[in-house]
Amino acid sequence: MAITGVAMLPILAVVVLALTPSEGDDIWAHLVSTVLPDYIATTLQLMVGVGFGTAIIGVATAWLVTMCRFPGRRIFEWAMLLPMAMPAYVIAYVYTDILEYAGPVQGMLRDLFGWQTGRDYWFPEIRSLGGAITMMTLVLYPYVYLLSRAAFLGQSIGVLEASRVLGRGPWRGFFTVALPLARPGIVIGVSLVLMETLNDYGTVDFFAVNTFSLGIFDVWMNMNNVSGAAQLATVLLLFVAALVMSERYARRKQRYHNTSTKFQELPGLRLRGKRGVLAMLVCALPVLLGFVLPTAVLLDYAVRYYEPELALEISGYAWNSIRLSLLAGGIAVLVAIVVAYSVRIRGGQALKAFSRLASLGYAIPGAVLAVGVMNVLGPLDNGIDAFSRETFGISTGLLFSGTIAAVTFGYLVRFLALSLGTVEAGLGKITPNMDGAARSLGHGAFSTMRRVHMPLMRTSVLTAVMLVFVDCMKELPMTTILRPFNFQTLATFVHQYASDEQLGEAALAALSIVGVGILPVVLLSYAIARSRPGQGTGK
Amino acid sequence: MDGLHIHGVNHSYGDTKVLRGVSLTVPAGELVCLLGPSGCGKTTLLRLAAGLEGLQTGNIAIDEKVVAGDGVRVLPEHRRVGYMFQDYALFPHLNVTDNIMFGLFRWSKKEARARVAEVLRQVGMEQHAEKFPHTLSGGQQQRVALARAIAPEPRLVLLDEPFSGLDTSMRVRIREQTLSVLKQAGVATLMVTHDPQEAMYMADRIKVMGANGQVLQSGRPPEIYYSPVDEYVARLFGPVNEISGVVRGKAVETPFGIIPAPGFSDNAAVKVLIRPEKFQLGKTGDGGANRQVDVLHSHLLGDSTLVEFRLDPAEDEAPVFTVQIPGNFDVADHPEVWIKLAPEDAFVFADS
Repeated sequence: MAITGVAMLPILAVVVLALTPSEGDDIWAHLVSTVLPDYIATTLQLMVGVGFGTAIIGVATAWLVTMCRFPGRRIFEWAMLLPMAMPAYVIAYVYTDILEYAGPVQGMLRDLFGWQTGRDYWFPEIRSLGGAITMMTLVLYPYVYLLSRAAFLGQSIGVLEASRVLGRGPWRGFFTVALPLARPGIVIGVSLVLMETLNDYGTVDFFAVNTFSLGIFDVWMNMNNVSGAAQLATVLLLFVAALVMSERYARRKQRYHNTSTKFQELPGLRLRGKRGVLAMLVCALPVLLGFVLPTAVLLDYAVRYYEPELALEISGYAWNSIRLSLLAGGIAVLVAIVVAYSVRIRGGQALKAFSRLASLGYAIPGAVLAVGVMNVLGPLDNGIDAFSRETFGISTGLLFSGTIAAVTFGYLVRFLALSLGTVEAGLGKITPNMDGAARSLGHGAFSTMRRVHMPLMRTSVLTAVMLVFVDCMKELPMTTILRPFNFQTLATFVHQYASDEQLGEAALAALSIVGVGILPVVLLSYAIARSRPGQGTGK
Repeated sequence: MDGLHIHGVNHSYGDTKVLRGVSLTVPAGELVCLLGPSGCGKTTLLRLAAGLEGLQTGNIAIDEKVVAGDGVRVLPEHRRVGYMFQDYALFPHLNVTDNIMFGLFRWSKKEARARVAEVLRQVGMEQHAEKFPHTLSGGQQQRVALARAIAPEPRLVLLDEPFSGLDTSMRVRIREQTLSVLKQAGVATLMVTHDPQEAMYMADRIKVMGANGQVLQSGRPPEIYYSPVDEYVARLFGPVNEISGVVRGKAVETPFGIIPAPGFSDNAAVKVLIRPEKFQLGKTGDGGANRQVDVLHSHLLGDSTLVEFRLDPAEDEAPVFTVQIPGNFDVADHPEVWIKLAPEDAFVFADS
């Protein structure tokens, strides 16, 4: 419970700070009259755009891959996940680079048609709200794909056959039976997407799209107004709360929907000729645009701009990233193990509820958490400093703020849900009866731990470390704010250079982030490959 | 006396009492079945005996030694109890041999290997020694779980719904084998089930538990079946025919004759319960308490037939009775059906 309390502190701090602004710092009225409407409108537009975009791509590809048979389906089953490895900000830099006025695409068009200046033709501006929506849709749709795929797979084939027998064709069956049944899964997927959308900082910063995350940074960094930032953060928290509730609601419904446990080989609507090619294109396009093309561009740049000195510099940043992410991953998993075991041993509704609360951090955008973490550690530092000056006459300065500890704490709060979920799932597979069996076979508690729990938990613990590690490697907004002065990670380096239109120099670092991001995708693909329809585990 | 002794055990979870004053004895070599509906605390009693749950009141002794109660709590790992869980709880990361070896860690390598081979042979799983649990069928997993439980030569074996995960045909085969393995081991066994037939088949003695966590009746299987102490126990073994009546002169009058009701005073309201197989069908009124009835349907079940009849053909609302008789019975062959009941085959209970 203490752990959950600590994990909740930053969030509470934000709310408290927002409600009790210091004199002269209270710019709430000012915010409302100036930027707030713009933030709300832009954020909502972004959410609606990304929500619809990911829903359409995610559901359509999931349906094609699970219910139809066409060339390349087996590959697409896992390849659809690849864009997950691509952080939105990286893809944003890449597309800006190729699509802007000076970029190769427009240059080629000009050469081709003999246009002289930008006034001769119309070309969509990539650095815009629409651009941001497109970028985020391209890398976030796999969440919807993953969850709707699971939902389609989990559907009893019986209901689909019933709809056929009752005279509905496969397409009408999709809209009247399969889609409504999969709705909870889709809602969960879209909720996750929207949480990520709210969290994004790199893309909107680069595209100058005024969302809340950007606003928080702006008010804090440029206006130097912490309570103003906290006030914005609180409004953003309302958005988050709505998302979390819709997600929870959908999960409850999902349990209700998945009544049948019978899984059969899905019928596999065979798509031949033109329709097969069309299906292939529909699936190939998001993967090409969201992963293959940007990776190719980055590879090209990385090779062209390769310099040993630069590589050396980047390897230093990479070491920073790895260090930090491993530390956060290790701590997050340790905390998760402690929480998961205390829930298992003590049980109790209160503890369970607290463990769920502790994992709320995942829904909270990094910018908000950063504000919170600063405002928890700041006073703590001042307190320690004052205490030490009074008692020992020594100033300790800032012990935590602006150190690796602050960043790690931020990561921990945000990604605890990941490690907790994974560890709990692993622990759930060790039934209490297995403990009982080990005990009645003569093994004490310690021996049971060593001979039953440790071997069975190893995979989930490693998975949990990896998931947190990868997300920390990609994390940008919190790292930007909380990192120590002059402390560069891969993500902040990429952001800084790419923002200065020096993508070439940043390519190698960006590529490393994508490379690390591939890890969980491989893991997921492996899980998918193992749970083919008709082989029992349809989850 | 060796075996398990449980005395005066009460147990509650929060405000819910699941066991009330339960006492029982399982001598070495005997198999006792706890028979009762789900949620009546049967499993809790097993867990208490194994030490997996803390005892609240009463005491438990194994082989004359108190293991729980009176300020003693022997840890489960020191009780030498074999526990077979309803879900088998096989360790997924260990193969069959290593699952069984798990409890033999104090044995020498050579002895342990010999013991594994021995129990695997007893349960007929020698050829699966190297397989992992998830590759085994339900029946095979059950046998491995049994082998694992008996391998360390426990003083007491506890079986929690050992056959509930198996399909019907498998169940018959496996329970036969389980019984023979346990009898061969000569160990005290306490088994929990909600299936009366299973209890009848397996048990030397049965303890019937009610939903309130009390023991309602104990006895050998025939006593439970032929002399149930109350309506609940009588109804355990399937649907029964029911007639309400009033006692006059230590007997109650029914359409099938006078049924003695000793121990009831005059004018007491009673229920007469008759098992379907207790009726006899005949062709004519050949003496005794015979009565002609109106047959509605007959259903051949295989080795026996269910015949539904009512007393009065004229009355649509008349109660319908069921008879189960061996062999086939075709209504068309029997234009007239007479029915007979031996008075001692009916149970009389107070109508509350």
